[in-house]
Amino acid sequence: MKGLKKYYTNKLVWYFITFIVAVVLNFVLPRLMPGDPVSGIAARAIQGMTDSTAIQKVYEDYIEKFGVNEPIMTQFVTFVKNAVRGDFGVSFSQYPRPVSDIIKSSVLWTIALQLPAIIVGWFLGNLLGAAAAYIKGVFDKAILPFFLFVSNIPAFGMATILLSIFAINLGWFPKGGGYGFDLIPNQSWAFFKSIIWHYQLPFWSVVLITIGGQAVGMRSMSIYELNADYVKYSRFLGIKDRKIVGYVFRNAMLPQITGLAMSIGTMIGGALVAEIVFSYPGLGSTILSAVSGRDYPLLSACTLIITIMVLLANLFVELIYGVIDPRIKAAQQD
Amino acid sequence: MKNQIRQIFHSSKFLGGFCVMIFLLLLMIVYPLFVTDDPLEMIGQGNFFKPGTYISVTDTVDTDTYTLKLDNVGARLESKISVEDRADMADWLEKFGGVGISQIDVTDAEGLIRLWEQYYSKDAAQDGLLISKKKYYARLDKKIDGILEDTDLKIAAEDPETGDISIAETIPANAYVNTKDIATKRTFILGTDNFGRDVLTELASATKTSLMIGLVAGAVATLIGLILGLLAGYVGGFVDDTIMFVTNLFTVIPSFVLLILISYSVGESARGVTLVATIIGLTSWPWTTRSVRSQVISLRNRDHVNLSKLSGHSLFRIILTDILPYLASYVVMALIVQISSGILSEAQLSMIGLGPATTKVSTLGLMMSWAMTYSAHLNGAWWAFLPVIFSIALISFSLNLMNIGLDQVFNPQLRD
Repeated sequence: MKGLKKYYTNKLVWYFITFIVAVVLNFVLPRLMPGDPVSGIAARAIQGMTDSTAIQKVYEDYIEKFGVNEPIMTQFVTFVKNAVRGDFGVSFSQYPRPVSDIIKSSVLWTIALQLPAIIVGWFLGNLLGAAAAYIKGVFDKAILPFFLFVSNIPAFGMATILLSIFAINLGWFPKGGGYGFDLIPNQSWAFFKSIIWHYQLPFWSVVLITIGGQAVGMRSMSIYELNADYVKYSRFLGIKDRKIVGYVFRNAMLPQITGLAMSIGTMIGGALVAEIVFSYPGLGSTILSAVSGRDYPLLSACTLIITIMVLLANLFVELIYGVIDPRIKAAQQD
Repeated sequence: MKNQIRQIFHSSKFLGGFCVMIFLLLLMIVYPLFVTDDPLEMIGQGNFFKPGTYISVTDTVDTDTYTLKLDNVGARLESKISVEDRADMADWLEKFGGVGISQIDVTDAEGLIRLWEQYYSKDAAQDGLLISKKKYYARLDKKIDGILEDTDLKIAAEDPETGDISIAETIPANAYVNTKDIATKRTFILGTDNFGRDVLTELASATKTSLMIGLVAGAVATLIGLILGLLAGYVGGFVDDTIMFVTNLFTVIPSFVLLILISYSVGESARGVTLVATIIGLTSWPWTTRSVRSQVISLRNRDHVNLSKLSGHSLFRIILTDILPYLASYVVMALIVQISSGILSEAQLSMIGLGPATTKVSTLGLMMSWAMTYSAHLNGAWWAFLPVIFSIALISFSLNLMNIGLDQVFNPQLRD
């Protein structure tokens, strides 16, 4: 247990440092813009605004948020202090709604959609890859190449294709949104059913494109392991094939888990854009409305939240990895 | 080297991907030679015209006609009476006309019309039918009569002095023109987009721009990744620690987030195609750094490298002559991955409105973004987005196929 503890402390410290860097980047990048950031952003923000109180409020908010007259360290401290309290300021495009309120209402949708979709896609992909390596036949010659082609379709493309086939031409599923437009969110059975109904297309569009990439990785790892010396030796000893295969796939799985941790960021990026196609009420659609509404506080809060989500997911995978792979424990004990 | 290249081209996967890529490239080079129109010219007035050939109506009237003995009533009925109308007609016939349901065949327009003419009467007792529905049936009946009447079409001309209108020409119902005789026509193989631009011409130029973006992004990312990876792997020690620290940071922080932040910060006026490509490259190098580094570490203690070190060769020379040649295949593979992910990143950025802010050129992402903004998918205008998705998928599929082929040649363990 001592080895694992060291591993966990290492990981936790490392992720904390990454988190701080991410926060710093979120703070610094918009300030690196050429020219005066406040007038730059504010000018973009108030384009098309007619309400003079709102314009006044935008300017004041920016000056307060950025505190351009103060030294950069003080600005940073204010930024962090506000962020810790969950205060990301007031949204400009949905004035006077606070940003934290908008984020709160969309972040759950995104997590509920993407987390299961990525996990299911990853799991099915590994299953297919293992089947392609061990059973071969139709798995290796037909199903895997098919999903390999599908995995090259971008997430938003898959979303559009599924939407136009199943929602518009066949009419089996709704055309968009997170729940029926005639419903008010509550805890009734009808509302829950409507959510499940609207969930299908976005979910499957993420799952389908995830399978291919994971399967091809699992296939090569399994082939690699199946040819390893320990497999041949075990066969010599007369150990049952089923038992050997169990070991093989366990070993082949391990790099796949790290692979999952490393690609979560990319996958979420793609899936966020797929949300836009379905006008799913998650972070993807919020980012789109923040960009088109030139709503800087909202955009910056969205990116911060996504970073935190990805970091947490990565951390979680790595912590689990420590339990699954005994080599990690052994390595730390030396 | 020659042998390796021959081996690569023996790999069916590489060859497949290579052929698709060459085909795409040729298409991009050849197509503009034949169709010299400006790809961004807004031709159509209105959005999403269906694919097909558009023929000038005035010129059709002026063209010499041929008389063909064809039954054009049937074809006209088939196209002008919609499926809903037919269903309604069948409904009426069954309820009020006393026709058995087995006699009615909705797919056969002529047979249906025959039954309709036989049984429909405006004054029949239509119990339980709304007045609006009754009127609808009367209108439908009139429309059918109009189609069935095979009369000549008269074309009137206005006298410029008196303003009198007289019949200038009579066009018989069975007059036809040959489409080859008409000079003024335009074929939109993939229809037009929301601005009325020819989708196919636009697609050819957009694919070119997107590939350029991928190439620039890939080159930038690979260059940074290569330099950092070489330094980290070969020099080791403090340099390695520092570079790997930064690399690990940026592998975990999602590049999508950085892309959004940087693209937004740069501002719309500065966001050209090259800049977007560079930004994509600047955010996607960590993968390359990692794989180059691990390769270099395995190469670092080979005998030929040690020999070169003992001979007193400079760091630069050792890297250039003793390490880089062994890395070449990995670098090419990394570049290919970066190109395809660069194209995808551009498309994703454009979808959220942070793509290249330009009206001079089109990219695959911008085409997709406009199609979505104008709800092409909800209007059934498949030609505005399906070809774009297909192009992106085809490019990245061919690149990945080439990569798998290369991988199998250079990693013999993966061969079947």
